[in-house]
Amino acid sequence: MENVNFLYDLLGKNIISVVLVISLPLMFVLVYALIAILAELKVSAWIQERLGPMRTGPWGILQPIAEVVKLIQKEDITPDKSSKLLYNLAPFIIFTGAYAAFAVIPFSEYFVPAGINLGLFYIFAVGSISAIGIVMGGWASNNKYSLMGAMRSVAQLISYEVPAAMAVLSIVVLASTMNMQEINKIQSGWFWNWFIFGGPGTIAKLWVIPFTMGLGLIYFISSLAETNRVPFDIPEGESELVAGFHTEYSGMKFAMFFFAEYANMFVVAAVLTTIFLGGWNSPFNDFMQGPIWGVFWFVSKAFSVVLVQIWIRWTLPRFRVDQLMYIGWKVLLPLSFICFMAISLYVMLK
Amino acid sequence: MDLITIAFYFFGALTIVFGAVVVFSKNIMHAAFSLLFTFFGIAGLYVLLSADFLAITQIMIYIGGILVLIIFGVMLTTRITGVDVKTGKIGKMQLAIGGVLSVLIAATLIMIFTTSAWHTADSKPIESTVNEIGTALLTNYLLAFEAASMLLLIAIVGAAFIARKKH
Repeated sequence: MENVNFLYDLLGKNIISVVLVISLPLMFVLVYALIAILAELKVSAWIQERLGPMRTGPWGILQPIAEVVKLIQKEDITPDKSSKLLYNLAPFIIFTGAYAAFAVIPFSEYFVPAGINLGLFYIFAVGSISAIGIVMGGWASNNKYSLMGAMRSVAQLISYEVPAAMAVLSIVVLASTMNMQEINKIQSGWFWNWFIFGGPGTIAKLWVIPFTMGLGLIYFISSLAETNRVPFDIPEGESELVAGFHTEYSGMKFAMFFFAEYANMFVVAAVLTTIFLGGWNSPFNDFMQGPIWGVFWFVSKAFSVVLVQIWIRWTLPRFRVDQLMYIGWKVLLPLSFICFMAISLYVMLK
Repeated sequence: MDLITIAFYFFGALTIVFGAVVVFSKNIMHAAFSLLFTFFGIAGLYVLLSADFLAITQIMIYIGGILVLIIFGVMLTTRITGVDVKTGKIGKMQLAIGGVLSVLIAATLIMIFTTSAWHTADSKPIESTVNEIGTALLTNYLLAFEAASMLLLIAIVGAAFIARKKH
């Protein structure tokens, strides 16, 4: 496998460079989460014709820092009859699951923490670690709302993993690789080479574009459900379950759940960016194309997806449980199968 | 000791220690959650054996599928029936039979381990295992592959039939 990491090129492969490679995405997640929290506060305010936070810093841009300081100061409560060990372990397991996915996310041509060949498959696998963490937290809290929230959350996660996996699998068929870096390289050139527009190919690819666009949409909807975002946020529906599986958590442990949710949002946005929107490729062929610009394009594309997630959260109402299962199993799954067949046919004919 | 050896002992210890917790823990939920680390350790051992596809499948199937089902099962039965699912006291008879069986299995494994002629070769980095596995499954092992898929299909249809509402 070729060397795909600029830090290893600069420093050689030793303990310092390995630690740097591992911790670089972590720093990114922390900064990104602060920006995303601010975006959430501001976007929600603008959608509801409010100003949002205005007091902390100019236009309230220091609000997320104030929120973090507030969370650090809060008392760390452990419920009396809870299972102490599991209760304290759960936030870490959830964040581990969310952060593990960053190992294969290609930020640039020269920076991917681990360019393994099974990148996409790996992201789906580590997503299940978060599911265990959610059940652990919900069960250990010894609270019926937490337990209900955890069970709903995992049921939803498992259901929507299937159409999401079918969407990703179709692109794997089209690209014939699961290495996220390779998938990016295939999509280089103009933006019509992106897989949402059928990938690179002749004019014959025109008929496959509706299917790839549909798959992009299916993946996006499923990713909303997997990150427990509105309109699929029944696991933490405030009117029914207080706050779902993290009802009992406070202080820094609650902040861990919060960070994990935002990290998960970025992971699904990064996957969408990589497999459908060309990853770190510039939309305009050689215009602003390069390793440093790659980071810019990747982060701005992924952050746009995150912004759409926020936008949807403050626009749509919540689904009922039965509606949620109906959409997952009876609408998205058959549609993803149809798209999968169409793309397989296209690849066979090509 | 190089890094690979350290990693091997780490994952081996992880698997065995948490496997022991699964067996000896009185609290069945602790036992179920310990399986998470056991499965993870086994996945790590697969990675060290250059079986990357198998390792990720291990995480996907065992942690994402089987473990979640086990935990759901334990959680739901405890809450619905009101009976606390706990590991009970071990009877003398069970202990005797279990002990004899364990000693027999251990003796067999040790005997095989010491008497076999182990052919060792230098490990070479494998580019990708998934292509070879895919080709092998759809050529030499097609019948077994299709049989397994039929079995799974039957299981899905059966589960849906049992779970649906009675009219």
